[in-house]
Amino acid sequence: MKLITAIIQPDRLDHVREALIQADITRITVSRVTGHGRQEDIELYRGQQIAPNLIPKIRLDIAVNDEFVDLTVDTIINSANHGLGEIGDGKIFITPLEECIRIRTKERGGKAI
Amino acid sequence: MKKKLLTTLLFLLAATLLQGTAHAADEVVTDTGTTSWMLTSTALVLLMIPGLAMFYGGLVRTKNVLGTMMHSFGAMVIIGVLWPMVGYSLSFGPGILGGFVGWDDNYFMLQGIDETIMSTNIPEYVFAMFQGKFAIITPALIAGAFAERVNFKGYAVFIALWSLLVYSPICHWVWAADGFLFNLGAAGAIDFAGGTVVHISSGVTALVAALYLGKRRAYPNNVMSPNNLVMTLIGAGLLWVGWFGFNAGSAIASNLATARALTVTQVAAASGAFAWMIIEIFHHGKATSLGVASGILAGLVAITPAAGVVQPSGALALGALAAVICYGAIMLKSKLGYDDSLDAFGVHGVGGIVGALALVFFIRPAWMADAAAKTIDKSWTMWDQLGVQATAVGVTIGYAAVVSLVLLFLVEKTIGLRISEDEEMSGLDHSMHGEQGYGLINLN
Repeated sequence: MKLITAIIQPDRLDHVREALIQADITRITVSRVTGHGRQEDIELYRGQQIAPNLIPKIRLDIAVNDEFVDLTVDTIINSANHGLGEIGDGKIFITPLEECIRIRTKERGGKAI
Repeated sequence: MKKKLLTTLLFLLAATLLQGTAHAADEVVTDTGTTSWMLTSTALVLLMIPGLAMFYGGLVRTKNVLGTMMHSFGAMVIIGVLWPMVGYSLSFGPGILGGFVGWDDNYFMLQGIDETIMSTNIPEYVFAMFQGKFAIITPALIAGAFAERVNFKGYAVFIALWSLLVYSPICHWVWAADGFLFNLGAAGAIDFAGGTVVHISSGVTALVAALYLGKRRAYPNNVMSPNNLVMTLIGAGLLWVGWFGFNAGSAIASNLATARALTVTQVAAASGAFAWMIIEIFHHGKATSLGVASGILAGLVAITPAAGVVQPSGALALGALAAVICYGAIMLKSKLGYDDSLDAFGVHGVGGIVGALALVFFIRPAWMADAAAKTIDKSWTMWDQLGVQATAVGVTIGYAAVVSLVLLFLVEKTIGLRISEDEEMSGLDHSMHGEQGYGLINLN
């Protein structure tokens, strides 16, 4: 089991979600987060351009069984990409997942995902 | 050239002053009571614009809240500049081009009315500013139809052109003393405070714009939840309060007619909201806050043309009728699948048409008797009046739809109205204004 954590741009959330659903990956957690990589965002404040040091991003958390890792990752890469070659499209982290428990049935492991 | 223009302006000013002196003998004086109420009404109608900004602003997704509120504030700014410059003259000047619009050089920049007291005993400045607020809110209403997907620059140019080429002519036909709808039939087409001029014209334009610009991405499959219904409710409340200026101010008086308009406005708003609430309880089992807000608006829109002629029982009926029909229209919209995002047509267009037509069944007998007395054979029935109302509604719908379509086409091809998919997905706040409504964490 792996935990896939993807940080994407807010305007690609709908695209990613639709693509994941198409690929039959329907169990996801979405949160609004702020942070920054190498990208800078220019905003206007009473005529002055300011570069805030934190930028809104969307974080997806998806727990998957090992055989679904590649499919999930590929789907996110294809749908989260703006295709412009500019920085800021986001990152994907994959971490090993020790245990997964469904609260209702107390099932454990891969079948609980 | 500049000097010549200045000379002309000075000459015009001098001419007006002389004219003023010539009439000094039979001069009308300011009635302070009426003027006070009209000043209050003017401020109340202006309050409706931030009210509308909050109403619409709360209904869109978080990423579009500022962009949507800027549609209302943009109208306040753009029409605020255009109205004293040319709008008032185009709407309330003596008819030119065969009565198509009004025009009076004296009204350019309102320079000719500096000393004018109208026959209604208020300074003409007050009337011009009061009417200016109507000119501001009308294009702002349209924005509900193409919320979340319109280019701000294109919108700005569109409402400026629309105000000059659609609002001013219709306003002239319906409200100017020499307008052809004002003088249609026995006692004119009844449009007390803007059923045709404001709500039908903007509602129909909204429908045309929604169809022309197309749906938002992923509508109606993805959920598009309102970002802040609290703000929407406050907005609806401000609209209700402001509507007392809108309707009761439209009597241009402070007397019995004002009291009647105020009373029926209150009754129709409550009746509309009540009917909507009951429908929802039976249809869905729950009364929603957005339903109540929509019902308030439906009732207010329907009573707008009728506030001068119906009695409280008629207001009760019109408010409820508007709620039922608007509710049906919004159900139908979901079936037809066009994306009138915030139901500008569903509430303002449909509610306005319901009010302007159905009011004939509730006109107070005294009004009908007056109308009959003005005809040659001394008879005037509500069916005659229905014909007049239908003509006014038909003319407004036809004219607004055709001219709006042309304007939408022109603006889309030159400046651009529909924004790109990337801009739409990142939201109007960021893509059009470089800002965010609620700080970083809340972007969706």
